[in-house]
Amino acid sequence: MGEQDVSGRDGDKLERASSAGDRPKWDNKAQYLLTCIGFAVGVGNVWRFPYLCQIYGGGAFLIPYLIALVFEGLPLLYLELAIGQRLRLGSIGVWNSISPYLGGVGVSSMMVSFLVSVFYNTLLAWVLWYFFHSFQDPLPWSQCPVNENLTGYVEECVKSTSVNYFWYRETLNISPNIETNGSLHWWIIVCLGTAWLVVYICFIRGIETIGKAVYFTATFPYLVLTIFLIRALSLPGATDGLIYLFTPKWELLKNPQMWLDASTQIFFSLSVAFGGLIAFSSYNPLDNDCEVDAVIVGCVNSATSIYASIPIFAILGFKATSNYNSCVESNILALTNAFEIGDSNITHTNYDDWFTYLNRTDPVTVSQLDLKECDLQTFLDQSASGTGLAFIVFTEAVIKMPGSQVWSVLFFVMLFSLGLSSMFGNLEGVLTPLLDLNMVPKWMPRELFSALICLVCFLMALIFTMGSGNYWLEIFNTYVGSVPFLVIALFELIGIVFFYGTERFCKEIEFMTGRRPNLFWKVCWMGISPLLLLVVFLAYIVVQVQTTPTYPAWNPDYVNFPRTEVQPYPDWVFAICVLLATVPVLPIPIVALYRLTQPITTRQPANDNTTAFSERQIRP
Amino acid sequence: MFPLLLLLCLPPALAAVDCNTEYKNGYQVRLSIKTALGDQAYDWNESEMFLFRATIAFAMRKFNKTEAYEVSNIVVCNQTPRVSFWFIVTSPEDPAQAISKNIVEQAVRESRNRINNAFLLTDKSLEFLGIPPTLAAPIIPATPPWLIVFGVVIGAVCAGIVALLVTSFVKRRREKKAKVVPEEEDQAKGTDKAVTGETFEDRNGVYNLGFADDDRFTQL
Repeated sequence: MGEQDVSGRDGDKLERASSAGDRPKWDNKAQYLLTCIGFAVGVGNVWRFPYLCQIYGGGAFLIPYLIALVFEGLPLLYLELAIGQRLRLGSIGVWNSISPYLGGVGVSSMMVSFLVSVFYNTLLAWVLWYFFHSFQDPLPWSQCPVNENLTGYVEECVKSTSVNYFWYRETLNISPNIETNGSLHWWIIVCLGTAWLVVYICFIRGIETIGKAVYFTATFPYLVLTIFLIRALSLPGATDGLIYLFTPKWELLKNPQMWLDASTQIFFSLSVAFGGLIAFSSYNPLDNDCEVDAVIVGCVNSATSIYASIPIFAILGFKATSNYNSCVESNILALTNAFEIGDSNITHTNYDDWFTYLNRTDPVTVSQLDLKECDLQTFLDQSASGTGLAFIVFTEAVIKMPGSQVWSVLFFVMLFSLGLSSMFGNLEGVLTPLLDLNMVPKWMPRELFSALICLVCFLMALIFTMGSGNYWLEIFNTYVGSVPFLVIALFELIGIVFFYGTERFCKEIEFMTGRRPNLFWKVCWMGISPLLLLVVFLAYIVVQVQTTPTYPAWNPDYVNFPRTEVQPYPDWVFAICVLLATVPVLPIPIVALYRLTQPITTRQPANDNTTAFSERQIRP
Repeated sequence: MFPLLLLLCLPPALAAVDCNTEYKNGYQVRLSIKTALGDQAYDWNESEMFLFRATIAFAMRKFNKTEAYEVSNIVVCNQTPRVSFWFIVTSPEDPAQAISKNIVEQAVRESRNRINNAFLLTDKSLEFLGIPPTLAAPIIPATPPWLIVFGVVIGAVCAGIVALLVTSFVKRRREKKAKVVPEEEDQAKGTDKAVTGETFEDRNGVYNLGFADDDRFTQL
């Protein structure tokens, strides 16, 4: 056994040496790890995980989250890193090599990566817009603009808040519903162009430039999160937010929706099934220890989520306290003015006493004042996730902090770095398979090809710069960024376990790293992970089918404005949603059927010019 | 004699215009000194009230340049501990006649800034109920600041792209030249080493030296 190993390894040295010259490779292990971590750690770690933690009772949410990480996330990660490293191709080539019937999995990965790239960079365009506007004093979202005759503020802004107005009106200029397209907004197009140019400059020389860019984009967010943590902990009300976040509500563990959300969060957070991780690990030397890498990437990703939620919630606690104080102060002012009590006689501390006294003596006047009900819990419950957290809630908190411009700049640069490093993985999942398949004409240099891909993505993303752009982005986010990945990951596991064989796969890994994966991994690959994925997939479908698809629309003419108007999707829009969820996974059955219908004689063996499975090496 | 006494009594009686009955021409003022100034708050007393009446008289003079308003023309009533009170402005020629609300409003709006500064207060802490503050016209700079930041960022990025593309192009040309030179040397020396220059571009596989086609180039 040992001799076989040695001859296998020696025989492969020539292969390794010559193939290493063809394929680009990482300058060092740190670049590779930072790139994978950067890909996995994205904006979702900052604006989705804290929200989930909050609505599912803080500490209790960590239990299903960590269980899902160990039994679903890590095995999938290990699998992808291992096959990429072994077969040294992008996603399409890899799955073609494993089994010709599974070639569709690679094509699906590429298609979803492409669709995600298109809408993900639009988020970065919005982040850039806010970043550009953070260099003003005062911050533009801190005040309402004045109307034409300088007598008051713009009505839409007064009814909602200045932060909401800046996001919905001045940034998005959002239309009242998804059917009203509005026009293309030049300012967003400009930001979108900038975002794509930044992505392109990092992609120019492939991993040579990416590897250098990740030194900044993967590490800077941690620095900013630490700075925010230190600052946030000194703000008043921070501890309220943290207590609220981490107080576990154990009874929610009985809620299946919580387990579903934990599994899907882990899954999408780790960015498996994009093909990007396969591409990144394909540039590794063959004897790299991918097991340790997988564990590192998975654990760092989850640790980042937990670490990020601390400053986020400290700041949200501060914001809730500020809002509560403002509420009480407006009540105090109303009482003071109505009863002509001395200025500053009523304070926060004696407000309740004064209120009971005044209510007893003159209840009519008090009821006419229409005092607001001020409850800190209500303000803490105002949770938001996604763009709402970053562009509405957080920006509102920032304007209350002294030195707002600095915090705003730091926050948006952090978001941009997080998103940019994820974009590397997204685009790499598109570029690497195309380059490996030699679909690029010989005369076209790599730089031009990358530019073309970026240009195509930019042109497609112009949809999101229209008035209804935000609604379309939510559709893409919900329907592309969910079901297709579950299906692809399921087929990846099925492919390895049933088509390729777990034993054979373990032997390949032993050939690479020198040690066999232990029982835990095998049990996960063969049983637990596919089962978990299947359950999650089915539960997800069931939940989606039961809820009628609606979306929150920002309509100034709505009766209950500033609340968002919940509108159902029109039929043609819903048809597009279904298409977005199903078309990317269609290549899987199509390619399988195509290969099946090819006559046996014309079926080619897997293209193994650049690969060498250890068994074939031994055969003469 | 008696009519003379009556006549003498009349002007003072007429002069005492009670702002209680002249609500339609009066304005309510509300000050929030402690909230605005905190520790440096001053007490509201008769002297402060005198200053207020003087500033309103000043505002009226400034607005209506012909009339010479005096402090006595500003009549104050209904003071409360809040601190709030009502005031009306009477005409200097005829102290029995109150100046109409519109004129007072315009006068106050014109000099609002001066009135505020006299008391170290703002539009919010020195309220004239019914007179909306004139919001400062927003300062619109020639170029929106965000475009400047955008210009800097995009300039840097474009410069970087151009630099990287140019260096890649130059490097590739240099490599091509370097490959051509040893190719010619091999030809000249007549070695049977395979030409490996072309195959670096070939991504399709590994060039196996054992199968080099060394008959391709005739030896000199």
